[in-house]
Amino acid sequence: MKPAAFKYIRAQSLEETLSLLADKGGEAKILAGGQSLVPMMNFRVAQPGTLIDIDPVKELDYLRVENSWLPVGALTRQRTLEKSPVVKEQCPLIAQAVKWIGHPQTRNRGTVGGSLVHGDPTAELPLVATLLDAQILIQKKGKSRTVGPADFFEDLMTTRIAEDEVLTQVSFPLAPPRSGCGFRELSIRHGDFAIVAAAVQLTLGEDGRFTDARVAVSGGGPKAVRIHKAERALIGQKGNGKVFQEAAACVPDAVHPPADQKASEAYRREMAKVFVRRALDDAWAMMRVQQ
Amino acid sequence: MTTRETFPVQLRVNGVEYARVVEPRLLLSDFLRDTLGLTGTHVGCEHGVCGACTVMLNGETVRSCLVFAVQADGAEVTTIEGLADGGKLHPLQDAFSEHHALQCGFCTPGMLFSALELLRDNPTPTDREIREGIGGNICRCTGYQHIVDAVRAASPHIARGPK
Repeated sequence: MKPAAFKYIRAQSLEETLSLLADKGGEAKILAGGQSLVPMMNFRVAQPGTLIDIDPVKELDYLRVENSWLPVGALTRQRTLEKSPVVKEQCPLIAQAVKWIGHPQTRNRGTVGGSLVHGDPTAELPLVATLLDAQILIQKKGKSRTVGPADFFEDLMTTRIAEDEVLTQVSFPLAPPRSGCGFRELSIRHGDFAIVAAAVQLTLGEDGRFTDARVAVSGGGPKAVRIHKAERALIGQKGNGKVFQEAAACVPDAVHPPADQKASEAYRREMAKVFVRRALDDAWAMMRVQQ
Repeated sequence: MTTRETFPVQLRVNGVEYARVVEPRLLLSDFLRDTLGLTGTHVGCEHGVCGACTVMLNGETVRSCLVFAVQADGAEVTTIEGLADGGKLHPLQDAFSEHHALQCGFCTPGMLFSALELLRDNPTPTDREIREGIGGNICRCTGYQHIVDAVRAASPHIARGPK
């Protein structure tokens, strides 16, 4: 229950981080908030040879509104998102979702970039990123690339990022006008790993019909997935219980959940449907308040 | 055998300046207990689940088993030994005593810091908010009801008081 020895390097800037990653050729891992990495090291599931501590790299700790996007620096703490009035107003789905990440004590340390790179199958920020088609900025020395969730989240705790790269920013689209969102999570206790979680965002046109509908579920497989069939069942429709029920009914066939000591496969399928339905009701209630 | 790499750290714990040389893999929890002898910080699960090792790092609660001591270089740490003002208990400690909010006492240091942060952020929490606020701290005596009572009773004192 104690970590294996490692070499510790404290990076002072992004530039230094990128140089260190280029030099260390695969033996080095980034240490940011450490709220997933350190437990894995304590268990010795992870035994990195070198850790590059990016905590002093304050240039990666920011969030701002740019046009219709919310770019968030990778080192931004989950707690910062939770407390930000800008996030609450412009991206209410994120504000709802972060409350479900662990506990205040872990959110004080845990970072946005760390959560995305870790790629836990039921983690909240990967679910939100998947739902909203967030844009993920990945950098290495002399080069940067932007990817969407489909090209980033690969499999169970597996994300497409090379050993000499670091995730530096994620941009979430701001909530469009006339939209509502919902985030629901099933766990044994608040703060535990989710059994399933559902996130939705609905956008209404001038004619009172949905012009956009996004539905995503986590806990239904190795990574969060969009439920396109449910989205198609909503677009062009007016909001009512029957439409939401029909959309939610598309969920069980679209997920392939695991079975474990917490829940059977069948229970997860059923709960994915129920929690999508509840999230849709929440989104609709939010839109009705606005109107 | 090769010599293990060490790192100098300098930090303030409960207002006292310390300078030590540590191995990077030394957890803050073990640093506080074994290096500084401040054994009031308890170590339960060592993977961030039980909350017993919760301390304040630069004014925010953290699991000290999920922070390396080297990461606390230059930081201000408050452990349970620094919560009372000399011989005078903190109002939250008074409330824990008054409401029988501890049995074996193992979870108490962590509970106190979690409750303290909760009351700073939200001086008048509902019972549900109190339960969520201490949700990351496990009490295996299962004395949660009395802990909730104590936090509720302390809230007016914290909202007014210093710390």
